[in-house]
Amino acid sequence: MVAWSDQERSIITSIFSNLDYNDVGPKALIRCLIVYPWTQRYFASFGNLYNADAIKTNPNIQAHGTKVLHGLDRAVKNMDDIKTTYAELSVLHSEKLHVDPDNFKLLADCLTIVIAAKMGSGFTPEIQATFQKFLAVVVSALGKQYH
Amino acid sequence: MTLFLSAKDKATVKTFWAKISSSGEEIGTDALSRMLVVYPQTKTYFSHWKDLSPGSAPVVKHGATVMAGVGDAVAKIDDLTSGLLSLSELHAFTLRVDPSNFKILSHNILVVLAIMFPTDFTPEVHVAMDKFLAAVARALSEKYR
Repeated sequence: MVAWSDQERSIITSIFSNLDYNDVGPKALIRCLIVYPWTQRYFASFGNLYNADAIKTNPNIQAHGTKVLHGLDRAVKNMDDIKTTYAELSVLHSEKLHVDPDNFKLLADCLTIVIAAKMGSGFTPEIQATFQKFLAVVVSALGKQYH
Repeated sequence: MTLFLSAKDKATVKTFWAKISSSGEEIGTDALSRMLVVYPQTKTYFSHWKDLSPGSAPVVKHGATVMAGVGDAVAKIDDLTSGLLSLSELHAFTLRVDPSNFKILSHNILVVLAIMFPTDFTPEVHVAMDKFLAAVARALSEKYR
């Protein structure tokens, strides 16, 4: 079980309560598909991903980016047991989606970059540390049920 | 021989660097400050510093040194291996920084670039800079073994 200070909890809830999911979610996913193009392997059914502009304007990617970001809501609400909270999602990513768990870190890094761009200097080193700790726990939980 | 950088990558890096190089010291200081806070294990390389807090004098000085090295790498982007030879020997034989830390510092440089240049640091610039920093890291670890 991961220990969270009161300050860390309030940083995470604050970031997520001030989030425009429809903006940040797609931006993070788009960035991931462009910066780490091999991640496009999971989106063959999404249509045109042939170049950066196609990715940026693809409506399926828009929708999916928002969906993925909302997927983090349950972790925010259950910070004391993200592992159990995500057991089912982990099975889904392993058994149904067949996502290489190393890819979770890539998306997490892109989300960090997008949040940093949004918050500017408000994304202090301490806030960055807390946000990355949160994402690391999420990433670990999502990989837990792979076998 | 340049490692994995296309002509487009190099052009993107050079163009972006021209925009941001005047902020080099600030970028370096912030990136280093963040690295020491977010990845505390990196502090083990700086036990000889009196103050490791964000923006402290040794951090400012060293941040500038590191970014000057990055700027040098941009200028030598067509042959990083020979261009960064002495820096590579320094890191291999004297500093002996575990290469995993290059990735960590690169990540923090990218975070700072996103913060300072949110409109210019597009996904396309991001991928070029990420590849460039990886190439620099690779050149710096050439002599390790």
